[in-house]
Amino acid sequence: MTEFEAVIGIETHIQLNTESKIFCACSTDSWRVPPNINICPICSGLPGVLPSLNEKVVEKALLLATAMNSEEINIESFFARKNYFYPDLPKGYQISQYDEPLAHNGYFEFPMPGGDLRRIAIAKLHIEEDAGKTVYKDHRRLIDFNRCGVPLVEMVTGPDFRSEDEVAQFLIRLRQLLRWLEISDADMERGQLRVDGNVSIRKVGEDRLNTKTEIKNVNSIANVRDAVQAEIERQIREVEAGGVIEPWTLDWDDERGVLSKMRSKETEADYRYFREPDLLPVQLSAGEVQTTATLLPELPLARRSRFVEQYAVPEYDAEILTEERSLSDFFEATVAAHEGDPKRVSNWVMNDVLRLIREEETSAGDLGLQPAELAEIISMVEGGTISSSVGKDLLGQVRSSDRSPSQIVEEEGLAQVSDSGELSEVADRILEANPDKVAAYQAGKTGLIGWFVGQMMKETGGQADPKLANSLLEELLDSYSAKS
Amino acid sequence: MSAEISELPAHEIVARLKAGDLTAEAVLEATLERIEAVEGGTASLDGDLGDGQGVHAYISLTVERARAQAQAVDRALETGDDPGILAGVPIAVKDIFCVSGTASTAGSKILENFVAPYTATPVARLEKAGAITIGKANLDEFTYGSSNESSAYLPTPRNPWSAERVPGGSSGGSAAAVSAGEAALSLGTDTSGSIRQPAAFCGVVGMKPTYGRVSRYGLIAFASSLDCPGPLARNVKDVGLMLQGMAGADPFDATAAKIPVEDYLDQIEGGVRGMRIGLSPDFSRLRYPDPETGELREQALQPEIEKELMESAERLAALGAEIVEGVELPNARYGIPAYFVISRVEAASNLHRYDGVKYGHRSERVPDDLFDLYRKSRGEGFGPQPKLRILMGMYVSGEQYEKRYYERALRVRTLIRGDFERAFERVDAVLAPTTPTTAFEIGGIYGDSVAMQYADLLTVPANHAGIPAISVPTGLDNSGLPIGMQLMGPDFSEKKLLQMAHSLEQPPGSRPTLVQELIGD
Repeated sequence: MTEFEAVIGIETHIQLNTESKIFCACSTDSWRVPPNINICPICSGLPGVLPSLNEKVVEKALLLATAMNSEEINIESFFARKNYFYPDLPKGYQISQYDEPLAHNGYFEFPMPGGDLRRIAIAKLHIEEDAGKTVYKDHRRLIDFNRCGVPLVEMVTGPDFRSEDEVAQFLIRLRQLLRWLEISDADMERGQLRVDGNVSIRKVGEDRLNTKTEIKNVNSIANVRDAVQAEIERQIREVEAGGVIEPWTLDWDDERGVLSKMRSKETEADYRYFREPDLLPVQLSAGEVQTTATLLPELPLARRSRFVEQYAVPEYDAEILTEERSLSDFFEATVAAHEGDPKRVSNWVMNDVLRLIREEETSAGDLGLQPAELAEIISMVEGGTISSSVGKDLLGQVRSSDRSPSQIVEEEGLAQVSDSGELSEVADRILEANPDKVAAYQAGKTGLIGWFVGQMMKETGGQADPKLANSLLEELLDSYSAKS
Repeated sequence: MSAEISELPAHEIVARLKAGDLTAEAVLEATLERIEAVEGGTASLDGDLGDGQGVHAYISLTVERARAQAQAVDRALETGDDPGILAGVPIAVKDIFCVSGTASTAGSKILENFVAPYTATPVARLEKAGAITIGKANLDEFTYGSSNESSAYLPTPRNPWSAERVPGGSSGGSAAAVSAGEAALSLGTDTSGSIRQPAAFCGVVGMKPTYGRVSRYGLIAFASSLDCPGPLARNVKDVGLMLQGMAGADPFDATAAKIPVEDYLDQIEGGVRGMRIGLSPDFSRLRYPDPETGELREQALQPEIEKELMESAERLAALGAEIVEGVELPNARYGIPAYFVISRVEAASNLHRYDGVKYGHRSERVPDDLFDLYRKSRGEGFGPQPKLRILMGMYVSGEQYEKRYYERALRVRTLIRGDFERAFERVDAVLAPTTPTTAFEIGGIYGDSVAMQYADLLTVPANHAGIPAISVPTGLDNSGLPIGMQLMGPDFSEKKLLQMAHSLEQPPGSRPTLVQELIGD
């Protein structure tokens, strides 16, 4: 039986998170605002208006091209008009870079879950404007121009993916990078990151490109994965049954999880591209390109490796810690302030800090917890001044207080009870009140020690030093047995 | 008295206002009186407002706006505030510019109900300088023509020098209005000669500035890479004054030049002594490829125009200019075919937005689907010129033809630019006739798009090159029709061109004949 392999390339449209649109001063906010609020004569294409380029768009696109290792960043690139009629395209043409885009020939490298690195070519990276949104409602076509003129970067990969998992990993890593560089919020459900997939198959060993199909309208990474997988399987079935792959455009139905053939649309349309006469070429200086390269922050994968190397944290920890830039910054700043074992800091950040971030849907930078405060809390727990449960409670208290963690501990009397005399009295009371548990313990159910420690913590309001409590209780339980 | 006020030069209106001899309101009333006397009704879509006997320069008058502006100018004068360099000067705005709150029609039915919500940069600047916007002047539909006959708004403007003749185009209403004293100044646009040719036909001065010298923001686009807003007036000094009021960089137009604007008036009377002015054989013998066969054809200029060219050169020489003959501009002859291609490609794209959905004319017939709605609305809304240009533009920009036509046309443009660059190493300006003939008869050429396009043979090279050019009246032909000569100079040489043009102009010594008849003078 013939073995097939998939050949997949993708086109991504990335909404840049600039404040204003690409060619006018309107806000780029187009998500859940009333329709046609953020529009003006320019982005709604009234007669006589002209575009003027938002420089921030070029800066962000250039940063992305640099992060994509583009070998050719064009010092001079051009806008063109892509002409077609559609109700949500008010000028009747989209201003887009075409034959001379911002950048060519880059690549993006990322690890697969097994650890293997994959490198995907970025054939072309260009700037363009978004179109509006068409909503179908009660057999009517409603047009919202809010999104018209929101800046986009279109990135086209080479046909380099061999599986749906690679596509999914690419997108996970791309999304991480876009947020890391603060270029895009990259929320697929909000259309900030849009993906079209081109899928074909060939016999293993061949290197030609067969007829491909195009998958559109997929709005999550999981769905992209499912859609590509379904299409690979369909093509294999088709070819094995002696059929021929036709260059269809396929629409992904989110709810039913199936692909369906789109009405033979104008995929072959002639857009009559020509240079946009209303805009000057995008001019970069060699200095700008170099400066951008130096401005590029440490990227997530590099930081991940460095964390493993420099702080000796496990790969697993490093991965979680570098998922998002401000969390990784927070971790590093805490390590620096703590001066102890980075793995302990990692545990605190991954468990407690991350839980707070997720609960409050915020970021490490906006949490209101200073790395120095966390470092202080960790040190107090490590030094036995407070119990770890008090430490965890402190995270919350520090955030809503001007006082330092140690001040709070002192003023609220949260320090751990490590006076064995005081604890012995409590332990005696517990043993006396629970003769059946004592008997069971003595009969061999030594696992009950945990229950006794729990009682101690309860009685002391969590302030008992759990280690001390444990050894004290063990000792008492043994001697209790000796007495009887 | 009021007839004389409506014929005052703009710079004199400003001077007299500032001297307290005249009020803006008086100027406005005199101008409205002149309009009442000669206009014969503004043009309209069904043509029933005009009697066909007047000048018919306007599509709409903006009397309320004008009154408010005139009152503001008079108040400023009273309180001693600076009323601006164009204080109280009545201006006709070609109806291709958006002016907030006015019907902005582009001379097309497809924009029949479009009221602009914003004002074009050049208009806003002129108004800020104290100018009074008196109305929107008629034009060829979307500026597509050289006779003003393609406007959807009828009757078409008449040439004030002969009711049987066209005023030229596409800024026909603008030139006619200024010529007939219905405005002191007019804002036009020149894509292939649309300011200079009607200026020449109507015996007034018209300037196409350097591409980018005046912002295009708010100018309803025809061929974006060629469109230039520019002034029309009855004398060179007024053209300089008006250009002063609107030139300069604009954050709303990326192609507007950031080069500082010079003082266009301080040396305008400085004469031409020592200046080198070129004559080009390529502009005095008309050579052009035959549209049918492609063979090079040659045609003589109208004899009076040829004679006028020589006399103009002699006059400039007598004033101390050095006349340099034999300045070669060999690629100028390909100007029209190249223009045909480039302008149509850009025009077709610029017309995409008129779909009858967001604004403008929408068909009342029941459409089968969305694209049928577009087809019906555009079919009804566009006149023959836009339709022809869409067809041609779509054809030559199609994937299979783009290299053969569009890219070649762009190369021709570069060659023409190169010709001028070489010429300007030798001369300060090139002197040439503005048009091959004087104003032709209404209906004489209209309908033959190619012949009509060749009316721009002598003006289009400056558009390809992006350079400034100014047309001035120099005399009348044997039928009493004005003849215009143009001076073309290097990029941003407006100041020098104005200075030369001031020496060259020979304004007609009398009122235009149609105006004489209409005011019974």
